[in-house]
Amino acid sequence: MTDLYLQRGRLIDPSSGLDQEGDLLIREGRIEALGPDLTPPEGIRVLDARDLWITPGLIDLHVHLREPGQEYKETIESGCRSAAAGGFTAVCSMPNTTPPNDSRAVTEYILRQAQIANSARVYPLGAISEGQKGERLAEIGEMAEAGICALTDDGFPVMDALLMRRALEYGRTFGLTLCQHAEDSCLSKGGVMNEGIHSTRAGLRGIPAAAETTMVERDIRLVELTGAHYHVAHISTSSAVEAVRQAKARGLPVTCEVTPHHLYLTDHRCLTYDTSTKMNPPLRTDEDVEAMRVGLADGTIDAVATDHAPHSSIEKDIEFEDAAFGIVGLETALPLVLNLVQDGLLTEMQAIDRLSTGPARIYQLPGGSLQIGSVADVTVIDPEYRWQVDPEAFESKGRNTPFTGWNMTGRAIFTVVGGQVVHEQERTTS
Amino acid sequence: MTRTFKHRHLLGIEELEAEDIFLLLDLSERFLEISERPLKKVPTLRGKTVINLFMESSTRTRGSFEIAGKRLSADVINQSSSGSSSSKGETLLDMAKNLGAMNPDVVVVRHRAAGTAHFLSRHLDASIVNAGDGMHEHPTQALLDCATIRRHKKQFEGLEVAILGDVSHSRVARSDILALTKLGARIRVAGPRTLLPIGLESLGVEVFDRIESAIEGADVVMALRLQEERQRSGLIPGNREFSRFFGVDNSRLALAKPDAIVMHPGPMNRGVEISPEVADGPRSVILEQVTYGVAVRMAILYLMAGSESTE
Repeated sequence: MTDLYLQRGRLIDPSSGLDQEGDLLIREGRIEALGPDLTPPEGIRVLDARDLWITPGLIDLHVHLREPGQEYKETIESGCRSAAAGGFTAVCSMPNTTPPNDSRAVTEYILRQAQIANSARVYPLGAISEGQKGERLAEIGEMAEAGICALTDDGFPVMDALLMRRALEYGRTFGLTLCQHAEDSCLSKGGVMNEGIHSTRAGLRGIPAAAETTMVERDIRLVELTGAHYHVAHISTSSAVEAVRQAKARGLPVTCEVTPHHLYLTDHRCLTYDTSTKMNPPLRTDEDVEAMRVGLADGTIDAVATDHAPHSSIEKDIEFEDAAFGIVGLETALPLVLNLVQDGLLTEMQAIDRLSTGPARIYQLPGGSLQIGSVADVTVIDPEYRWQVDPEAFESKGRNTPFTGWNMTGRAIFTVVGGQVVHEQERTTS
Repeated sequence: MTRTFKHRHLLGIEELEAEDIFLLLDLSERFLEISERPLKKVPTLRGKTVINLFMESSTRTRGSFEIAGKRLSADVINQSSSGSSSSKGETLLDMAKNLGAMNPDVVVVRHRAAGTAHFLSRHLDASIVNAGDGMHEHPTQALLDCATIRRHKKQFEGLEVAILGDVSHSRVARSDILALTKLGARIRVAGPRTLLPIGLESLGVEVFDRIESAIEGADVVMALRLQEERQRSGLIPGNREFSRFFGVDNSRLALAKPDAIVMHPGPMNRGVEISPEVADGPRSVILEQVTYGVAVRMAILYLMAGSESTE
């Protein structure tokens, strides 16, 4: 059933600037009408949206679904359920699977599994290089034909500047944005947390901020050279944000995303050796967190993306130095962003923009809009819903989160994909 | 004893306060005497079990803990393994749970990864003693260094201590800096910048490029072990150059106070970070450090294994 009627909610649509009370009518998977003066057609399913926000579906640009190859950590099915539970109607999946998504066959496999999962949409990113080895271009044209949304060697920064230039040029030919995991892997070699006073105290090898910033600065020069659209994945340093800010001021097609954890947590947390504080890029300093917040508010940072990286206890219940990088994020992102509204940092409109309209714009994805004719990917949010994070209750197979026990405010009540309700949350608050 | 030790584990110097350290030093002096008796054994920890879990090669520290435990009549079991979670074999967590199931009173752990002692303390009921975790801490070494320094210098307030060489990779340096700073000494470090970690100043340390500046007027000169690996990984051009610019020899030592003592946590690379003349010279207290090592570890085991059953 792809017809649906959302009644008496607060319609918030950053794509049009709309913010008013009203109803929303979905027919055949598209938005047919919205506003204060609608009445529900006969026989349609009506959802009560009183005291709730009706927003374009949230889109996560950076998710590791682990399938094919590491299904014990996450499957496309469990990852999509996790996304829907977090209010995301679409996720962009990273190509570092086994085998990596560097070919039409893998892209098609991912899309088929996503179709079977029948939950949040999946837009796969394709690898830049064959096997993500950083040596030669993958068959990007074929993957574009099969349906990839962008290019990245996420997890394996493109160190070779010549390959990076070619990838920018070749990707541009097919209208694909190039997403870089910006890290000079020579500078960061052996590092397991941010380099600074806390890595010195913990006796852990550091990853300097310069590893990220130098890569972003190099890439911006290559954007000048090629004119291709470049997107910085999970930006984490104040200096890299400043580099993006200046590139944008010069009119370059550069965008970036930040994770919720880099908006809240600092490297001080690594002193406990809790492996749920180990991720790449690592948690940085107070100054960096502040720069992320300022950048998100002033629009330098276009999107919040989770870098959802599920791991099992096998990779996480071990020594910090040996543990895998990454944390899950799909089911905790929304309240963390909404909390920035409470903090007075973002308006409601900006919060939804960074979670939906902004991401859609970066990779030119469907959605991110409530305008008539748009695909009916819609998230209905209770901004007052209070709950406590319990990893055991996650839909994701991953339990690796640093937010265990945090008291959150705000939750997705209905997640609607193409007019179909793929997730429904009881409204009695816990 | 009127003062009490309020810690169940010895994970690092970080967690201790000055009064905890002084309590341990005082107790160590009492245990030093036992090692000087013809019959070096007291029944203090009879019926207690100490497991030495050494997952990184060590001869001196493990031997020191073993002797300490035996002189207190504890049952001491040595378990060695170079295994890691990432290689084949059981995980550290499984190993810890298995040890825990045997009800030890104290687990002494040495491991190549920082934070291992913290990790075990969250999963075992036994008291955990950190015998060196990666580049993080080596608290008993710092305590024996403090005991040795106190014997020669009587007090810590205002002492100038120079710690020289590979500070970055040294858990000994980290623990010594924390301990001596808490006790009121002033720390200077020097070495090539490739071997000095970022942010040392925030720990209250004065940082010098050249070791001559750090040694000048020092009361204590401590050379740190330079591992062969540092040369291989490109942090220094080579041992020859290191010893020329950063090795402690007699001409550099002459810059220190006339009554300065020379320390080294061992094992030494003679002719690299320390010249043989200095290592064997009249100011060297390197072997006294080893003697105090046993006494300090006896004090730790005594406090950890439960002093309620004693005296």
